[in-house]
Amino acid sequence: MMDSDDPIVHLDNVGLRYGTDKEVLSGVSCSLDAGRFYFLTGASGAGKTSLLKILYLAQTPSRGAMRMFGTDMLTIPQSRLPEFRRRLGVVFQDFRLVEHMSAYDNIALPLRVAGVRERDLAEPVEDMLSWVGLEHRARAKPATLSGGEQQRVAIARAVISRPDMLVADEPTGNVDPDMAMKLLSLFYALNRLGTTIVVATHDLNLVRQMPDATIMRLDKGRLMDPTGALRYPPRAERPAGKRELYDRAMRPTIGFVKADEHDSGDDSVAADVEAAEKRGWEMP
Amino acid sequence: MHRKQATQLLPQTRMGGPMPWIIAIMVALVVLATGGALSLNRLASTANDDLAGSITVQIVEADPAERERQTEATVRLLEADRRVAAVRAVPQSELDALLEPWLGEIDPAAPSVPIPALVDARLVGPASEAELLRLESLLKRDAPDARLDAQADWLGPVFAAIASLQWLALVLVAMLAFTGITAVWLASRNALSINAKTIEVIHLLGGDDHQIARVVQRAMRTDAVVGSVAGFVLGLLALWLLGSQFAALESGLVAGGGLIWLDWLAIVLVPVAACAIALLTARFTVLLLLRRPV
Ligand SMILES: Nc1ncnc2c1ncn2[C@@H]1O[C@H](COP(=O)(O)OP(=O)(O)OP(=O)(O)O)[C@@H](O)[C@H]1O
Ligand SMILES: [Mg+2]
Repeated sequence: MMDSDDPIVHLDNVGLRYGTDKEVLSGVSCSLDAGRFYFLTGASGAGKTSLLKILYLAQTPSRGAMRMFGTDMLTIPQSRLPEFRRRLGVVFQDFRLVEHMSAYDNIALPLRVAGVRERDLAEPVEDMLSWVGLEHRARAKPATLSGGEQQRVAIARAVISRPDMLVADEPTGNVDPDMAMKLLSLFYALNRLGTTIVVATHDLNLVRQMPDATIMRLDKGRLMDPTGALRYPPRAERPAGKRELYDRAMRPTIGFVKADEHDSGDDSVAADVEAAEKRGWEMP
Repeated sequence: MHRKQATQLLPQTRMGGPMPWIIAIMVALVVLATGGALSLNRLASTANDDLAGSITVQIVEADPAERERQTEATVRLLEADRRVAAVRAVPQSELDALLEPWLGEIDPAAPSVPIPALVDARLVGPASEAELLRLESLLKRDAPDARLDAQADWLGPVFAAIASLQWLALVLVAMLAFTGITAVWLASRNALSINAKTIEVIHLLGGDDHQIARVVQRAMRTDAVVGSVAGFVLGLLALWLLGSQFAALESGLVAGGGLIWLDWLAIVLVPVAACAIALLTARFTVLLLLRRPV
């Protein structure tokens, strides 16, 4: 169905407006490669959640083109959306835990939705519970959990079905730095197993821990990609003669910071981000 | 997807307090209406069979001796006719008994009112207009005061009333079905809006509308079964009470209102149909309301 080289997500000149307001995302073009780790940064209100909603198929772009898993997401019938949503794991910014279900049942929900038999549930759910350190709270309802505990349940629910792509919206916003590191290493482990990860975050410390990650930065609804890691088609495939033309055409909309192409120092990503912040995210 | 798991997606509450009661009342009323209509139907067709070939001859003559003579002549002539199956002169005692409620005890020696004599006859075929005219001319010479009536004619208005009662029952059943469907629709819509947040999460996790429909349907199933059974029992009880009231009248006509097994089958189908309609309505409501743009 999908070539292994194909990007897992490809957005082309995507725009989004809520109702008749002005666009909260404009001209967003990027392609996310399967198996990579992406951070999505940007000021509050820049449109991170909006872009993630498009990625986790909760929101249809108001313009542009969108392919996921090798399929055009804008023309498929609504009845096929569930099959693609089941390939995604989502940590919502507001968690969206189901109030009347225990932590255990919330974490089990994606498996139940996917039709996993009850006797095959217990082991993975208990594993996840202990991964996020909540074995002792398995029977607790979300309302009786602390903010950080709720967030960990939300993360456990997002990763339990081993999704092809994990989309996490501020997944460490409510936990202490130690727990944040633990959760990040969970994402990293998942990434190692082949899951594409997209994490929206304000936390530069977190970004600094993942030198291999690609950083996408949103600024007032536009995606910055100064070095072109998010460009599409991939550089190698671009017609050589038209490269200049292509670059010039993409310049206004795409930006990039990519850690491993610069140096391998621990703080390289963060340094890039900080340098870019100072420059105002212009092209170098 | 397995049923048991589907039910765990939404809280396992029932449809809500009044739902089983609403269904029970609907089913009871439909059972009653159906039973009544079928009873009337049996009654009308039995009566029709009995009456179709029956005629009554009245001899309206003030002089008792002449009346006696004409009555005998009528019986003789009718007995001789080959299209008459049976003839019976209604004895005086029976007539007196018939009239007693209206006229009081009658002194046979000095009747205050001249009472016509009656002869009942059953024809081989139906008592058509032509047949009546033929018999009338047959009796004309020897019993000039004889008046013939088809018994079915007397009951014409009764049959018309029975027919309109049956229509009424049909309309009643249709209205009850409509009300029941509306109630289930509202309850299902209510269940969806109470669980809107959960349903949205289920959708985002890749759940489809059919899974949610199954949950709502399952909640409805409990209520529908409980309500239908209760309503069925109530309806039968009411039917039985009404039936025994009518039976107490010991009227020949009402005795014909007994239901045959086919009628009972129809009555048993009422709660089954009610359950099916409730479940289909619940499913249809959920699928229709969830079908919206992304
Ligand atoms: N449902 C909505 N209807 C109308 N406007 C919306 C809606 N959701 C978001 N917006 C607007 O879109 C813009 C981008 O919002 P978004 O939630 O994507 O920002 P964000 O980058 O995730 O911010 P934060 O870091 O605070 O979570 C904001 O101006 C917000 O007010
Ligand atoms: Mg946000």
